[in-house]
Amino acid sequence: MKSELLTQNFPQITWDEPSKSFVVPHMDLLDVVDFLRSHPDFNMDYVSNVAGVDWLPRKEKVKGADGKEVEIEKPGYLEAVYHFYSIKKKHGPVILRCRTDGRENAMLPSITPFFRGAEFQEREIYDLYGIRFSGHPDLRRILMWDEFQDHPMRKDYREPDDYQWEPTPHDDVLEKAKMHYAEAG
Amino acid sequence: MAVDDGLKSELQKAGVFITSVEGIYNWGRRSSVWPLQFGLACCAIEMISAACSRFDLARFGAEVFRPSPRQADLMIVAGTVTKKMAPQVVRLYNQMPEPKYVIAMGACSISGGPFKQGYNVLKGIDRYIPVDVHIPGCPPRPEALLNALMFLQRKIDNEHLTGINRVRWYDDTDPADFAVPSFGAHDLEPACNRAVWQPDKIKRGVA
Amino acid sequence: MLQTAPPDIPIPGALAGQQPLYGPRSYQVMAGNDLGTQLLEISMGPHHPSTHGVFRMDLVLDGEEVVKLKPVFGYLHRNHEQLAEKTSYLGSMPYTDRLDYFCSMTNNWAYAHAVEKLADIKVPERAEYIRVILAELTRLVNHTCLAGFLVNDLGALGTPLIYAFREREKILDIFEAVSGARMMCNYMRFGGVRANFTPQILKRISQIVDNYPCFLDEFEKLLTSNEILMSRCQGTGILSAELAINASITGPMLRASGVDYDIRKVDKYGIYDRFEFRVPLGEHGDVYDRYMVRILEMRESIKILQQALKQFPEGGDFMNPKVKIRNFKPPPGEAYGRIESPKGELGFYLISTGGTNPYRYHVRAPSFVNLTILEDTCLGQKVADVIIILGAVDIVLGEVDR
Repeated sequence: MKSELLTQNFPQITWDEPSKSFVVPHMDLLDVVDFLRSHPDFNMDYVSNVAGVDWLPRKEKVKGADGKEVEIEKPGYLEAVYHFYSIKKKHGPVILRCRTDGRENAMLPSITPFFRGAEFQEREIYDLYGIRFSGHPDLRRILMWDEFQDHPMRKDYREPDDYQWEPTPHDDVLEKAKMHYAEAG
Repeated sequence: MAVDDGLKSELQKAGVFITSVEGIYNWGRRSSVWPLQFGLACCAIEMISAACSRFDLARFGAEVFRPSPRQADLMIVAGTVTKKMAPQVVRLYNQMPEPKYVIAMGACSISGGPFKQGYNVLKGIDRYIPVDVHIPGCPPRPEALLNALMFLQRKIDNEHLTGINRVRWYDDTDPADFAVPSFGAHDLEPACNRAVWQPDKIKRGVA
Repeated sequence: MLQTAPPDIPIPGALAGQQPLYGPRSYQVMAGNDLGTQLLEISMGPHHPSTHGVFRMDLVLDGEEVVKLKPVFGYLHRNHEQLAEKTSYLGSMPYTDRLDYFCSMTNNWAYAHAVEKLADIKVPERAEYIRVILAELTRLVNHTCLAGFLVNDLGALGTPLIYAFREREKILDIFEAVSGARMMCNYMRFGGVRANFTPQILKRISQIVDNYPCFLDEFEKLLTSNEILMSRCQGTGILSAELAINASITGPMLRASGVDYDIRKVDKYGIYDRFEFRVPLGEHGDVYDRYMVRILEMRESIKILQQALKQFPEGGDFMNPKVKIRNFKPPPGEAYGRIESPKGELGFYLISTGGTNPYRYHVRAPSFVNLTILEDTCLGQKVADVIIILGAVDIVLGEVDR
């Protein structure tokens, strides 16, 4: 499988070496997916895994132009990672990553019209992370109840206080216990 | 006239059986406790194993697993009770006719188990319904379930029908219906049934 | 319900306005007929004897036929992925047991495989043979119990299920001797397995493998050419190969529709390339084919077990001695490790940022994705057939909801 073929046809996608995946801007996701499905060298007809990731805003040390290490602020975003395989040619995977613009009102295009297998997995990402997929035929909560308001898998989610008595709390459970005692009075 | 056990066994050897109405009543009840076919998660597989031919549950009187709660006596809550499932569990318990018993099988239904730090996990089914027997284990062996059933049978044997210590269902003041929780924006409402379960007041680990 | 949402991203250019390729027809509910009947909406609720766990289906029926079917789950959502972010890598191993609670050995292997890919750990040969033997025994357990549950759903009221569980108990005795627990074994480690096989265990396994074909013959004599099974299962719930591939179906369901894709042959993980075994394929894609594919896969598993027992190495490490157990910190990166579990493709997607806990841990559960086509295969069938179609999909709610 030639990954250069993909970057030649779509110059706006970049290759991320540490994770061996392609970073695709969300405006081009559907075109790239259509190309992967129909091009005879790839024939990616099977999407195996659609996962959501939450990256909080963080500071990273990057080598600046003068060789010194500079700390830059990376903004937070949500991300969807797709793993494509080919059943016909029995090769794979091709990994795509698609990032949202920020953590509020996160939206991405849905690949469900092309791959039915992504239907439930995109609903799960909507339920647990809050990414809205435009073009999804039936976008509603799948694992939590409909009246639930939060998106639990985000890193800044705070759990409800239904504390259960611990005989020997320690570490972060002890912190939680102290917060609970303080609230309960 | 109260008959003590020594006299009872003497008469039994002679072929005369003496019992009380309570004794016969409880013997009839405990010898045919029919469970509700209600498996939630992994403990359900051990429950099915207990009902199969190696650890036979039928020889203890639990002959048939009834699918309908209207025909069952015993609810074995086997598996994790999540907050999404909790209203259904309480509704099923309300639909069972009295006398009814609950066995909480496995660590998850006693207190949340290994999934205790979960936003969707109910930390114990005894927050909403009264539980008679708890079986620890993850999952408990089928022999543990048999032991729990025998324990329940001994408990039923010691029940009283009249007097101050009589069972809940012959007591007019006790509620028969337990409040069904509803889905809130962040948690179930109410988070627990105060009449059934009180949160513990001990502060552990804090000076 | 969707709250008022900000406006959609415009779908670019040539793809705007295109129809979805394989969408279910039920999004437009069919109108009534000239008899003046009404459609009946029922909820085959989470408490039902045949839904294999707490699984709910919202059905809309026209008489006995299904017009619309929407599966609802989440009743066993135990936030396994969030717990894994708070626990160390090794600490999540017991949680993976409880995903697909019938097959704990293959779950453990899939997770260990993903971590070994992430941290580039080699597994010694004896450990690989142990893993293959236990995984194939798990496949036998799973397919036997599935045959029992399927026939239970058909109305056989438990008798074949009891025969199936009798065989399962024999294999569970092996699991208990090897790992200490019947079901939640927690046996695989990163770089090997937890404890060694003794010669007595090998002898017991070869006894089971020798007697299993006899049990399979008895089971098949009772069931495979049974008139009720054949007439109810043949032609029910037909799934075409194109829809199966498009809907990411994997495992015996995919192979029953005629698609030759078995991850043991494609990825050749572990030492599966040393064994000779065939991959059974179905022709029609109905419930009978799914049942037969599983029976034939059991026979192939017995073949693999016989070869593995013959090739089993005399000595060797059962665990890679260079792997740190305490304070295990894989290098930053990500990995997706997948194996062929008895239900389909079980994959673990891990992102590590160099700490003791994974940054992101995602389980690609086969039962979750295999439910996508439940509606398509059930439209137009009778209610009683919905039960057996669901039984043949082979779901386990621990995996579906995680």
